[in-house]
Formats: sequence, C-alpha cells, structure tokens
Amino acid sequence: MVPTQYYLILSAILFGLGAVAFVVKRNIITIFMSIELMLNAVNLAFVAFSQAKGKLDGQVFVLFVIVVAAAEAAVGLGIIILTARNRRSLNIERVDLLKL
Amino acid sequence: MSAPLLVFFLLAALAVVGALSLILQKHPIHSALSLIVVMVSLAGLYLLMGAEFVAAVQIIVYGGAIMVLFVFVIMLLNASAEEHTDFSKLAKFGGLPLALALTGLLAAAMIRNGGAVPNSSTPDALASTTDISIMLFSTFVYPFELTSFLILVAIMGALVLAQREKKT
Repeated sequence: MVPTQYYLILSAILFGLGAVAFVVKRNIITIFMSIELMLNAVNLAFVAFSQAKGKLDGQVFVLFVIVVAAAEAAVGLGIIILTARNRRSLNIERVDLLKL
Repeated sequence: MSAPLLVFFLLAALAVVGALSLILQKHPIHSALSLIVVMVSLAGLYLLMGAEFVAAVQIIVYGGAIMVLFVFVIMLLNASAEEHTDFSKLAKFGGLPLALALTGLLAAAMIRNGGAVPNSSTPDALASTTDISIMLFSTFVYPFELTSFLILVAIMGALVLAQREKKT
C-alpha cells in the first residue's frame, strides 16, 4: 500500500510547480494551462483523502471540480481569443490598459 | 519495495517531469503536450488508489476535451515561442523564490501532519462506480443540477466572447 502522505506530498509539489509556472510564464495560454495543473494537484489531494477516509465524497467532489475546470477552460479560452484578436499578441505584458 | 509503491514512484516522477517540462518549454504547444503527460500519469495514480471512474473521467474530460480545446486555440491563434521582456526578469527573481517557498511550506505541512492521516486498508473495497452514481444522484443532486446550469452559462459566455463583432 502506498501511504496517503506520499500522495499529499506529490500534490503539494505539483501545486507549487503550477504556481511557479503561473508566475514565470509570459504566454497567456501557458499561464492558463498552469491553472489547470494546480486544479489537477488539488484533485489528487481530494482523491487521496477520499481513499484515506474510506468515503466517496472526495471522488464526487473531484467530478465537480472537473466540470468547473471544463467550463472555466471554455470561457477563458474565449477571452484569450478575444484578447489575442484585439492586441495581436499573446504576451501578457502587452495587456496593460489598467497599468498607470 | 512493493509493486504499488514502485508504480507510484514511476507515475509521480512522470508527473513531476511533465510539470517541470511545462515550465521549461518555450513553445505553448510543447507545454500543452507536457500537461497531457501530467494528466495521464495522474489518471494512473487514481487507478492505483482504486478510483476507476475518476481515472476514466480524467482521461476523457481533461486529457481529451480540455486539452484538445487548448491545442485547438494554440493552433487557431498561431502561437509562437514566448518572448521575454525586461519585466519578466522581475517575475523570475521575485516570484520564483516565493512560489518555491509556497511549495516547501505545503510539503513541510504535509510531511509533519500527514502521518495523522490514516491509510485505508483495502483500496478497491469502497470505490465502485455504482456507489459514486448513487451518491451523485441522491446526496449531491442539487449541486449536480446546478452544474448543468453552470455549463449552460459557460456555453453562452464562450459563444458571446468568441463571436465576430458585428459590422454596423
């Protein structure tokens, strides 16, 4: 049996890598992908806790998280297409209307 | 080392390498492919934990639908390798240590308190797809119905955002 702790540590590492990618990357699509990576890390923790407690609530919640991620991806990519069309660039440094 | 532990370390290493590759690749399409590697190895981990239905949904919805959407948008916008500007150096030197500190903090908390989490005895004793479906349609029936509303709103939002502006 694999200890639940190992899954949680892997989840923490993946979440941290997602956060690093979110900060470091400049391409708006890649930044969006790092959000998906962080959601996946949280899903792993949910399933690990569900297995540890012997209850299925965690797995049902993972399904809801996946649905929200899918909806978020659809709307977010629509926004990205709109931004890319207006700015003619995918670099987020170019999207600076709110900057002083 | 037992067989499940070996499989776990193999899949965990694959997931971490994929996540690192997502950061290090310059081209968005390469990052998307590395993210697919992460998702497939996570699906393997779900199988290892005895959560077959979640593993299948992970492959179909994440590996299939969402990543196809990403690749589609990358192709549609003809995305090229990312360019680095002066400001991104600040993000690299300021944000990177902070994000790594977050990782360390999370992992330390898991290591210190993770021992308190009990390990389940038999993984496949609980996780049957039948039980999940019964739960989804009894205990979680209102969130489930709200989910359909959320998807409807997302469809309309995506349509409104992505349509071409009318020439008036």
